[in-house]
Amino acid sequence: MTVMEFFGCTFITFGPPFALFLFTIARDPMRVIVLMASGFFWLCALLMSSIVWFAMVPLRDHLAFGVVCSVLLQEIFRFLFYKILRKANDGLLAVSQQTTEQHVTPKDFSNRHIMAYVSGLGFGVIAGTFSIVNVLADMSGPGTIGIEGDSKYFFLTSACLSLCIILLHMCWGVIFFSALDKKQWIRVGMVVTAHMLFACLSLVNQASSSDNSEVYLGSLIPSYLLLFGSGVAAFLTAGGSLVNLKAALICRRGRYEIE
Amino acid sequence: MNYQGVTFPILLMELHPFLQISSMNTGDPLASDPREGSPTERTGLMSGNQTSNTDRPSYRSSASDSPTMPETSVNANETAVVGDSNSNRRSRRPREERTRPDSASASTGEDEELMYGAKHVIMLFVPVTLCMMVVVATMSSITFYTQEQNTYFVYTPFQDQEAPTGTKLWQSFANAGIILCAVIVMTIVLLMLYKYRCYKVINGWLIVSSVMMLFFFSYMYLEQVMRAYNSPLDYITASLIVWNFGMGGLFCIHWKGPLLLQQAYLIIISALVALTFIRYLPDWTVWTVLGVMVVWDLVAVLCPKGPLRVLVETAQSRNEPIFPALIYSSAMVWIVTMADDGGRSKKKKKQETKDTDNNADEEDDDGGFKEHMANGISGHSLEDSVAARSAFQALGDMTQAQKDSSVHSSCVDPLSYYEKSEPQTNLAFSESNGNIQDEPTMQRQAVPEGAVGGAVAADESDVSVRSAKKKQKKRARPTGEGASAAGGEGEPSGGEQQRERPAVPGASDDASEMEEERGIKLGLGDFIFYSVLVGKASSNGDWNTTLACFVAILIGLCCTLLLLAMFRKALPALPISLTFGLVFNFATSALVQPFMDKLNSEQVYI
Repeated sequence: MTVMEFFGCTFITFGPPFALFLFTIARDPMRVIVLMASGFFWLCALLMSSIVWFAMVPLRDHLAFGVVCSVLLQEIFRFLFYKILRKANDGLLAVSQQTTEQHVTPKDFSNRHIMAYVSGLGFGVIAGTFSIVNVLADMSGPGTIGIEGDSKYFFLTSACLSLCIILLHMCWGVIFFSALDKKQWIRVGMVVTAHMLFACLSLVNQASSSDNSEVYLGSLIPSYLLLFGSGVAAFLTAGGSLVNLKAALICRRGRYEIE
Repeated sequence: MNYQGVTFPILLMELHPFLQISSMNTGDPLASDPREGSPTERTGLMSGNQTSNTDRPSYRSSASDSPTMPETSVNANETAVVGDSNSNRRSRRPREERTRPDSASASTGEDEELMYGAKHVIMLFVPVTLCMMVVVATMSSITFYTQEQNTYFVYTPFQDQEAPTGTKLWQSFANAGIILCAVIVMTIVLLMLYKYRCYKVINGWLIVSSVMMLFFFSYMYLEQVMRAYNSPLDYITASLIVWNFGMGGLFCIHWKGPLLLQQAYLIIISALVALTFIRYLPDWTVWTVLGVMVVWDLVAVLCPKGPLRVLVETAQSRNEPIFPALIYSSAMVWIVTMADDGGRSKKKKKQETKDTDNNADEEDDDGGFKEHMANGISGHSLEDSVAARSAFQALGDMTQAQKDSSVHSSCVDPLSYYEKSEPQTNLAFSESNGNIQDEPTMQRQAVPEGAVGGAVAADESDVSVRSAKKKQKKRARPTGEGASAAGGEGEPSGGEQQRERPAVPGASDDASEMEEERGIKLGLGDFIFYSVLVGKASSNGDWNTTLACFVAILIGLCCTLLLLAMFRKALPALPISLTFGLVFNFATSALVQPFMDKLNSEQVYI
């Protein structure tokens, strides 16, 4: 039972990101490296926010403070990563130009959304993994949750929310980078706000208990609505539209390529 | 196991830490031994290489000099090439050069230098990740390696478990100091043996160590696995398994075997040694040893008289590879595999059937290992193959012209030049052509349309012709002329790359063989210490720490490779990675873990 739960939740959380990784990232070494590097930046952000949380001794029990700090720090580090990525653009181009056939790789750089997507996914994967991996380790047994008065949907919600944050980071990466490229500060602000909104929504989960599982709906539904909204925004940002969505559905050729 | 038994691995370890990332140059005389069984063109290849390789202190001179410094490589003789390229490398550093149109060739040359880029990083990521995964999986599933124990190495006499922190601290430092002394002594012994050419002793030493590891450690590991899963196994089966495993390993590592298998064995050995370290070193000592190793690695590799540096330099001056039993190589080491022809021809067929666009994608699929599998031999790295392919397209005529007259021996060197120069030529050309497949915005330099691009191309082909002549004075003349013809004709074809590919089977074989020998080498010691760090981080049961260490180490490895691309000499691979790893390990377990635990248990997401 616990093993089944473990595998189910693992697949919920890591299924879609793994598919994305496999189909869009893994074949290109440059993207793997950028993914790794963005993960590293997220780690640095997490480390900073932990230090802040740790240093503020009186506020340690009020997670809201830590969460707000952490969100801001993550966005700052996303900004830093953007700066570094754009600065290193030439170098990366040089590296990958030799790496693949010349007429293929430049796509990564001509279409700036690709690296934005990759780094967003890197942020998301590491954030989602950090938030779920220890839960997963506990999930595999020998015990399970619910006896001490916690909700029995704890694991399921955790998995779904982790998936949500992975995908959200991915969308935010695209929006954020293109907004910075075009100096649209409002959109940058929107990303930060959306991130803050998501984080603060998840504060609701603290109220859950074994006879109060509905609380989860209060965070899950808005989170996924936010994900949908962010997804649409990212799609539009990356040059998508209803027309080419239709075209993609009709004409199957080349639909797996990121243009 | 027991006190005596585990003292041995440390003997092995002394050998390992001298391993750094390095990329060896092509063609080494030792390599000719295992190649005896191979077809005659190999000897042609070897001799061709040797003439060009004799006095090369720089690792990758043959790979990097010719394209980057066309003028100097033409004018200078072989020994001078290195020095020139070194001085020029420094002058080429500044980035703004890339924007200057008339230095387009120079800056593409610099890009060539970065060839050991993304793809090679991944080729190291994969094995390092695999090694860590083996260690972490073992640590988390087999309690034998994590439980408290009372047997330790002789090297760590201080093992007071109940001592106060201060005592533990100095004890761990004392232990680490003793281990470091042992490492230093053994390294110097090895260096002396190598210096005075006691190859037999070294090889005997290495083989004895491998036997110990492959048989004894694997038996121990098997026993613990069986114990952990509570499944009985009779001694006959166990001895059969261990015997086969061990003999296979000995053959693969010390004699010949498929590259993939050799890599797998090296990874397994590293993992086993790492596990033994985690098991038999006292808790605190592991961390101090890791810290001390960082310093030692730095000193030994970078100091002017550092033993490992001397070792590497000696090996280079003798034009030999460093003992293959101790170095993981992402590409060809010294073994020519036996069963490579089938795989290679298959791959070639695959390439031919695909059209140009698909080719790149298809090649992209082979990350790290898969490439070796697809290749049968040992993956020549992607960029190499791409470069070589674009070289062939220009080379087609030339190779065809001299196909019957000792293609291989005379082709080798021009190929090595072409594979460097031609891609740029093509690039420059496709730029100037207003471009077939590319987005026009995308090229790296603002090369003026038409004129300069064409000029660059002409210049480059000219240069490579001249260098080809220079290289093999006697036989190269037809080569050179053929090449110039090819340079003239091949370029206008620009995008239609598949044109001559079927026409040059011999050349493609040769080129791939040459390219196999290039690749990044990473010492097993680096594998071991990375894995020790990650395994130790995972032993306290927090996956976040493990992950953080993993990411930090890989990023450190990336940085090291970046430095490698800049300095192009043997660099210690431990310092950056281990520093990152240690910092993130302690920071994560002390600061991040409580924060994340709280967030996780409250289901708050950040």
